[in-house]
Amino acid sequence: MSKKTIAVLKGGRSLERNISLKSGARVEKALREQGYSVEGIDVDESLVKQLKDLKPDAAFIAMHGRSGEDGTVQELLDILNIPYTGSDVLPSIRCMDKVLSKHSFIADGIPTPPFYAFNRDAFQELGAVDTMPIIGKELGFPIVVKPAAQGSALGIRFAHTVSEMPAALISAFSFDNKVLLEKYVKGTELAVSILGKEPRALPIVEVRPKTDYFDFESRYTMGKADYLVPAEIPEAVASEAAELSLRVFSSLGCSGFGRVDVMMDESGGLQVLEINTIPGFTETSLLPMAAQAVGIGFNDLVEEILLCALEA
Amino acid sequence: MTRVDFDKYEEFYAKRTFGMRSSVMRDLMAITARPDIISLAGGLPNTESFPAKTLAQVTHEVSINGSAAALQYGPTDGFEETKRNIARVMAEENTVADPDDIIVTSGGQQGIDLVTRVLVNPGDVIIAEAPTYPGAIPSFCSFEADVIQVPLDDEGIRTDLLTREVERLAEAGTKPKFIYLIPDFHNPAGVCISLDRRVEIVALAKKHELIIVEDNPYGQLRFEGERLPTLYSLDKDDNVIYVSTFSKIISPGIRLGWMVAPAPLLAKFNLGKQAADLCPSTLAQKIVNQYFKEFRWQDYVETVTLLYQSRRDAMLAALEEFFPAESSWTHPEGGFYIWVTLPDYLDTVDLLALAIEEQKVAFVPGSGAWVDGSGANHMRLSFSTVSEELIAEGIERIGKIIREQMDLYRALKGSE
Repeated sequence: MSKKTIAVLKGGRSLERNISLKSGARVEKALREQGYSVEGIDVDESLVKQLKDLKPDAAFIAMHGRSGEDGTVQELLDILNIPYTGSDVLPSIRCMDKVLSKHSFIADGIPTPPFYAFNRDAFQELGAVDTMPIIGKELGFPIVVKPAAQGSALGIRFAHTVSEMPAALISAFSFDNKVLLEKYVKGTELAVSILGKEPRALPIVEVRPKTDYFDFESRYTMGKADYLVPAEIPEAVASEAAELSLRVFSSLGCSGFGRVDVMMDESGGLQVLEINTIPGFTETSLLPMAAQAVGIGFNDLVEEILLCALEA
Repeated sequence: MTRVDFDKYEEFYAKRTFGMRSSVMRDLMAITARPDIISLAGGLPNTESFPAKTLAQVTHEVSINGSAAALQYGPTDGFEETKRNIARVMAEENTVADPDDIIVTSGGQQGIDLVTRVLVNPGDVIIAEAPTYPGAIPSFCSFEADVIQVPLDDEGIRTDLLTREVERLAEAGTKPKFIYLIPDFHNPAGVCISLDRRVEIVALAKKHELIIVEDNPYGQLRFEGERLPTLYSLDKDDNVIYVSTFSKIISPGIRLGWMVAPAPLLAKFNLGKQAADLCPSTLAQKIVNQYFKEFRWQDYVETVTLLYQSRRDAMLAALEEFFPAESSWTHPEGGFYIWVTLPDYLDTVDLLALAIEEQKVAFVPGSGAWVDGSGANHMRLSFSTVSEELIAEGIERIGKIIREQMDLYRALKGSE
């Protein structure tokens, strides 16, 4: 049987371009080693033309952030009838936008920290600033201020008082037109990776950033965070986190793979922060780490994700 | 349960490398190289205006008559002929340098590295300007220096604050290993240290027996105003180490620079250089020396200085037109850079993300010029690289982003 041709989509124009190029390169190498014929594409305006010429058997999407994770490229691939890895258009849209996904969590009874969300117009045209003191009282400080749709912890700030809100908001608004103000949950950060045609939870990775929180620098600089897998948490909590994450994954309609970020608070309670439909494949990424912990090497991981698409 | 180590070499890294970090800014800066972005970020000299025929001629001559020597190792401190040419260049700035006091380096950057390597123990104090050359910071940090930054204004480093700092250290029984200054057309601030303050600095060094490192890559690129004497020429007590480069006056690609220092220091720097890379590029030196023989080296400097001047003018005019009244900027009389100060609630790293995404324009966020990451409301704009039309276009785009963010901030603050 002739080799299947896989197009690996990477790069593009989002702020996570460089991370995507690293992810993409590793995925390409893995797929070649597994015997596929691989074409790496740094996506730009010639993408559709290239795909029409190449006619790949499937596309492996290694793009992060805008255009790659938000349903945009998925929609194009649907039109071209090219099977692709990961989630479809609608779940991609919902998961990329933290506001949409948090509303879904609430609708499905999934615990998530309380929050409020605004776009620029709310402030510039409707005077939302005057709700800040109320929000401060309702959520309590510190408040996490983050862009609704941006990965890698870019634009996340903390406001410890009402007077710190404008600076935190203007930072977050630099990365998206919609921002969230969320109650800060102090506790342990858990990353629950989900994989497979029949989704299963992989061992939970506990992240202990050496900085104040798991910011951009600690995510992508080796040595800036400690990772423990499996997480050093009670067995019962680990099961609950796994089950919660699988619920999140299925209720949002995701497929193939993903990563759910969960906070375990100081009393052992769990709150879901967000779900990522295309988590990273770099050397410091959490999904490959979790897979390795159950003996799934990087190449096998990448191939399993691909097979979910090919066999769909 | 396993502790996962992604970087299997983590246990091997020297402590001093922990200062080396990946950063949002570095990744954003990588994006600025995209062709669809107007980049006012990089301070790239205009190498297109270096005559290709000139390069071909001198290279040809070196190849045909003396290729064996050009391809061979050379002396660690560079050829005598190179040093004589360096002395000629310094004479243009009314500075007398004895070729015996010169080491040829691999770019000015190596000068900074050698000084730090030879002088600094972990915890030693280095005094630098605030802001300082972002490229010096990794060097200082990798040798675990305690960097104290002293503010500057339109006349350069605030000598009153510098004096206060030196006296404070003296009272605590210590002194800085050296004071790192960029007196001419400062990178990133664009300003020059005034004559009065230069005299004060030299006097301060004499009084407290300090070492000054004078880093001067841009001094020859003056558009208007009077040349100011180098600290090296004002100092009569062997307290100044002078670092410079051919990067802006011939080419950055040749990787040639130099240091001028008193003999005992020079000997140590020589040892350091030998350990680092054995010798400066012989080939590059032969080419440069041939260039000095056949051509008048000032011609290219004069040509390119006129070019930079008109680009500076274009940028200043565009800033006047497109930047809001609440911002201010320096008016450099030479060099490559204009330094902008914005309202203090704006963070230029965030602004850069927005500028790249929405307006396809880039600049250097100011916080790279401070060791502790302050300076968030500043940006460095380079006028050396891009045409006048694109400069105007780029400034207009940045101005738009700034105004939008200022409007948003007003809405976020409300009426108090």
